[in-house]
Amino acid sequence: MPSDFFIPDPEGQVPSAEGYFGAFGGKFIPEALVAAVDEVAVEYDKAKADPVFAAELGDLLANYTGRPSALTEVPRFAEHAGGARIFLKREDLNHTGSHKINNVLGQALLTRRMGKTRVIAETGAGQHGVATATACALFGLDCTIYMGEIDTQRQALNVARMRMLGAEVIAVKSGSRTLKDAINEAFRDWVANVEHTHYLFGTVAGPHPFPAMVRDFHRVIGVEAKRQITARAGRLPDAAIACVGGGSNAIGLFHAFIPDTGVRLIGCEPAGHGIESGEHAATLTAGEPGILHGSRSYVLQDEEGQITEPYSISAGLDYPGIGPEHSYLKDVGRGEYIAVTDDDAMQALRLLSRTEGIIPAIESAHALAGALRVGRELGEEGLLLVNLSGRGDKDMDTAARYFGLYDSPEGDAQ
Amino acid sequence: MSENTGSSGNIELLNAALATAKAENRAALIAYLPAGFPTVEGGIEAVKAALDGGADVVEVGLPHSDPVLDGPVIQTADDIALRGGVRIADVLRTVREAHTATGKPVLVMTYWNPIDRYGVERFTAELAEAGGAGCILPDLPVEESGLWREHAEKHGLATVFVVAPSSRDARLAKITEAGSGFVYAASLMGVTGTRESVGAQAQDLVRRTRDTPAARRGLPVCVGLGVSNPEQAAEVASFADGVIVGSAFVKRLLDAPDQTAGLAAVRELAGELARGVRSRA
Repeated sequence: MPSDFFIPDPEGQVPSAEGYFGAFGGKFIPEALVAAVDEVAVEYDKAKADPVFAAELGDLLANYTGRPSALTEVPRFAEHAGGARIFLKREDLNHTGSHKINNVLGQALLTRRMGKTRVIAETGAGQHGVATATACALFGLDCTIYMGEIDTQRQALNVARMRMLGAEVIAVKSGSRTLKDAINEAFRDWVANVEHTHYLFGTVAGPHPFPAMVRDFHRVIGVEAKRQITARAGRLPDAAIACVGGGSNAIGLFHAFIPDTGVRLIGCEPAGHGIESGEHAATLTAGEPGILHGSRSYVLQDEEGQITEPYSISAGLDYPGIGPEHSYLKDVGRGEYIAVTDDDAMQALRLLSRTEGIIPAIESAHALAGALRVGRELGEEGLLLVNLSGRGDKDMDTAARYFGLYDSPEGDAQ
Repeated sequence: MSENTGSSGNIELLNAALATAKAENRAALIAYLPAGFPTVEGGIEAVKAALDGGADVVEVGLPHSDPVLDGPVIQTADDIALRGGVRIADVLRTVREAHTATGKPVLVMTYWNPIDRYGVERFTAELAEAGGAGCILPDLPVEESGLWREHAEKHGLATVFVVAPSSRDARLAKITEAGSGFVYAASLMGVTGTRESVGAQAQDLVRRTRDTPAARRGLPVCVGLGVSNPEQAAEVASFADGVIVGSAFVKRLLDAPDQTAGLAAVRELAGELARGVRSRA
């Protein structure tokens, strides 16, 4: 019996037993990890059917995370979106400041059930790392977080938060020194320490069962939002909009709406300096199917299968892969994926801050920019649901530099 | 070649090399070096030096941007090779020149995405044509390997699977049944790199792997990961059919003051290890 907050996908839908969403997904892992990944799948299946697990997780989500999260209408912001009505699903109000905690608490409970004592995780913006460090503090687990060196610099606040929570943060200096490389390093750690370590993967990518399991832990976002917006607006939205890096907050929002074919599911990818500049991380817009981090999905790569270095102002979206279920939704035409530049995202960030008093994460600002675009298409009759996946405190240094909000060294004397 | 199926790869040459070592009551020495490192030409010379120095078989690495199963040494080499612009055509040329110069079997080792992207049919055909003996694809599990094996078999290429200390007996049977050439037993749980000692895990894994039907029918079991010196090679040679050494070779090249010294160091290490696999501890 599922709780109000742990609402896994009903039986009988994708993925297949082998973890395939259509042509995407699967399990491309070294033999050394097969036993551990299979253990996660078996243990998750058991947990999913266990009312004790649902009750424990439900209790944490209600009384620790603070679920259900609010749904906030933002009329002053919506004036800039062609007058459409816009509601924000406030995952930024969860404990630790983003949607990431939903999945982390689920996997932390699973870690305990598997009898493992150490957790490792990757993080881009630091939100998954902070959530993981938080859960490890709560459950008394050893915690190591891998983070690209560039990200440790642009998200320094979150590095400090993780260390405050007792986690070891390792700055990864290989490759593009961002999220992709943090995942590589976490996999290397896992292969060596798999006996007592769980890799608490932070997005809906990776080998089966991670894409389906992480989705299940985030499904609550869309289930709640559907109930809330129907009660408030009297109907389903025209579109559900979310940012996509790996795709966890987006799949969490979208999933409950998949059967509702009148609801457009719109993912906003980071276009960085523009798709044509080559400096972006818009995997579904510009990628080709391939294998990265354990599953088949769209990937940014060259013609010989080398992964190309992504770029986004947002550390959390700066990833050359995407969860396989998004690739599937794109290919079957159920999901629409649009690209949003750094500049458009930053303008949306400032606009929401100034019109509604809510400072969003730069990741979430990509979804807000997408909403401005879609709202203008739909006009006053439009009704949009946007996932505000995280709060922007961590991004204030980037934003202050972008908008010139710091006093100059000479200060007011000038 | 007159046949439409194109050239046949050198799986039989690989089988013969391993059979010869067995007949000589020793383990085979299998060296790993990435193509394009330190340059394409330098990489070709390094592979030849390893074979001339005493390696029975070479695995040529096809560098990948995201080598998740490699430690810092091979990551560094891959990075240098990719920055130098190495292409799959260069990898195939390395295979061809090394095989032609020495007559010895040459395998390719890489991650699955480069081959998936390049095209399985195209890659197997071109590898066979270059004189390659087979491929090791450590992130392609047996369950996903059907298409690869179909084409590899068609082109006379070995499919070498990796087994790990965490592999349960039923999986060992399944994996060895699907593999050919030899089976690569990972000596420990971890990524590539030199280690102080080769643990008891390796011996236990080899014992369990030898107990599979495919191994009982003669599929050789070779051990890699962490072996770097003649003493370790001798130790592993006492219970395995082959000893695989990678990072130690790469490190010789990385540490050398110039290419001539690097090639000499590779040749020297191959010689030391070749003596090691002949003095089973």
